[in-house]
Amino acid sequence: MKMKELNKTTKSNLITYALVIITYIIVQIILESGHMSSLMEGLLVPLCTYVILAVSLNLTVGILGELSLGHAGFMCVGAFSSAFFSKCTAELLPSGLRFFLAILIGAAVAALFGMLVGIPVLRLKGDYLAIVTLAFGEIIKNLVNVLYIGIDENGMHFSTKDSISLGLQPGGKTIINGAQGISGTPNDSTFTIGIILVLITLFIVLNLVHSRDGRAIMAIRDNRIAAESVGINITKYKLMAFTISAALAGVAGVLYAHNLSTLTALPKNFGYNMSITILVFVVLGGIGNIRGSVIAAVVLTLLPELLRELNDYRMLIYAIVLIAMMLFNSSPKAIAFREKYSLKKLFAKKSAKEGK
Amino acid sequence: MKKLQKFMSLALACTLTASFITGCGSSESSEGTNNATTENTAETSADSATTGTFKIGGIGPVTGGAAVYGLAVQNGAQIAIDEINAAGGVNGYMLEFKFEDDEHDAEKAINAYNSLKDWDMQILMGTVTSTPCQAVAEKTNQDNLFQLTPSGSAPSCVQYDNAFRICFSDPAQGYASAQYIGENNLATKVAVIYDSSDVYSSGIYENFYAEAQNQGIEIVAAEAFTADSNTDFSVQLQKAKDAGAELVFLPIYYKEVALILTQANDMGYAPMFFGCDGLDGLLAVENFDTSLAEGVILLTPFAADATDDLTVNFVTKYEELYGETPNQFAADAYDAIYAIAAALEQSGATPDMSASEICDLMKTAMTEISVDGLTSSNITWNAAGEPTKEPKAVKIVDGVYTAM
Repeated sequence: MKMKELNKTTKSNLITYALVIITYIIVQIILESGHMSSLMEGLLVPLCTYVILAVSLNLTVGILGELSLGHAGFMCVGAFSSAFFSKCTAELLPSGLRFFLAILIGAAVAALFGMLVGIPVLRLKGDYLAIVTLAFGEIIKNLVNVLYIGIDENGMHFSTKDSISLGLQPGGKTIINGAQGISGTPNDSTFTIGIILVLITLFIVLNLVHSRDGRAIMAIRDNRIAAESVGINITKYKLMAFTISAALAGVAGVLYAHNLSTLTALPKNFGYNMSITILVFVVLGGIGNIRGSVIAAVVLTLLPELLRELNDYRMLIYAIVLIAMMLFNSSPKAIAFREKYSLKKLFAKKSAKEGK
Repeated sequence: MKKLQKFMSLALACTLTASFITGCGSSESSEGTNNATTENTAETSADSATTGTFKIGGIGPVTGGAAVYGLAVQNGAQIAIDEINAAGGVNGYMLEFKFEDDEHDAEKAINAYNSLKDWDMQILMGTVTSTPCQAVAEKTNQDNLFQLTPSGSAPSCVQYDNAFRICFSDPAQGYASAQYIGENNLATKVAVIYDSSDVYSSGIYENFYAEAQNQGIEIVAAEAFTADSNTDFSVQLQKAKDAGAELVFLPIYYKEVALILTQANDMGYAPMFFGCDGLDGLLAVENFDTSLAEGVILLTPFAADATDDLTVNFVTKYEELYGETPNQFAADAYDAIYAIAAALEQSGATPDMSASEICDLMKTAMTEISVDGLTSSNITWNAAGEPTKEPKAVKIVDGVYTAM
């Protein structure tokens, strides 16, 4: 009964948080009892990473209404800046504090890049914004691939040619080694930290969406001219949403970088393929629907792994499932079909009959 | 619209639950592995003893851009497994082999590794490419599971004592190349064209550079390209030509080399070309005029048209089964399986042991064995995991690889 007194959005938000927390508790129970397969156990942290990415991109695509194809670029920035920090301070700081600082650094650097990109780019609309963000993602990936940073007693050395031209003293070590990236990052990411970050992400995004600022952002999405005419500062709110989205992607990058001991910027993990994958999560989960993003990210990350049994047909089936889900979700026929046979309607009919 | 959303969230939540259940379902059968790596329960022993097979896992890319290497390793290893089983197995125990896809991605490689652990893997033959290999090596070290990579050539692939490799490391190849050029007085002015976005290529280049100083070789041009710009090499070749390089060192894969040779020919530049094991496969490139490859020297552990019995036997079998000529990756994998078999025999491990126990025995056994393989005869390993074998220099004469 009490639930009814809560307003609709609060109720919906609570369901989202509860979903995450219940999943966490169930997983913990299975983990404790030792029934979790190694494959699933290894997937837990990546799942958190993708959920954060999907939720943060939904802020840009769903709430702000701008198509961004450079989300993996922000993730890349967060991943490399935090891994660089962790590698430098691996012996100096205790792991808990180091990881906490790494998360903050990853988020801050990604936010900075988000703002730098956002200032010129958010003046563009629609396709133009998509193209520029796409280019940004590729530039970041290629920049990281030619970046060499080493450290010795004289301090830091930078180069964009090769690690030989760093001119390190004997005993110095290369931290970012161009295409070979950073290796030996401490494995600090755990499922618990991942879930906490997911909850924080949800908290930030859901609260933003339902705040005064969030309504302003959605007003810009729905009608820019009308929003401007009532005195909403368009640049400010657009930049706000974009920067927060970038910072959260940076956090996902931190989680990603500290889950694997090697970090390289390949087209596979930080290229536009990744940006598109995240976009697929968002679109499939429902644009603007935060809970949908969470579920879609989890399902679509698990699917190819659970299909491992099928060997060579795995990727083919994954693609077919993707197409089928997309059609089920948005084709007019499918929607009509679902409305006709929706569970709710059936229940309603049943109870109506019983009432008679 | 509301209804739709509710329905969707319900449906997706169901899928989610279902997927968790499937995840758990598969874990029940593999309960043994989780314990095997941590506690070695009696349950595992009983389980494996009844089957009496060693479970060897393999990881490599069989889809995506690097699929050609993963498939070669998968096929090469399968041939070796079948041969060993046909000959009565190792100490009477059969070998079982399962290969998982990693899409040349570190994250997917970890998934593949975990999935193999659920299958009760005892020994890992992988991974094929360097970056995923580094990530997986971290995990095998934690689990104390024996790992032998056929072709992970980056130094950190074998940084732990449970990891060994078949191929030369990148530094060893760069070093050996510079030494070979210096000792045989092939050239004093050398240009290098390498792929700066590739770990293999830049790793060799850096060590080649370091050793070139000692050998009195002058590097007159070091031109990089990246995976995004690997079709036009005229700029790099022009620079090498202008700098007066007598020899062009190509620590890259054969696909780019085929283009470089064609473009060098077009601009009338004919220096000596020298490459590493990545050049193997050059003569099989489609639409490539093999006469351009005349005189190219490469340091390679394997040449498919060598005439020793072992190679002939392997190549015939491979061609019969898979319809193509095996490359060096297939040969590395073949040798890897034989090395694992030899080490298992030496160590006296039995399939009822846990992965961790086998690993401890194998670590010592690996340093005691010597394997006559496709990629070299008398391969031995040191405790650091590096193989000791002679790099063979091969020159392409009249369209075939000829030993020098």
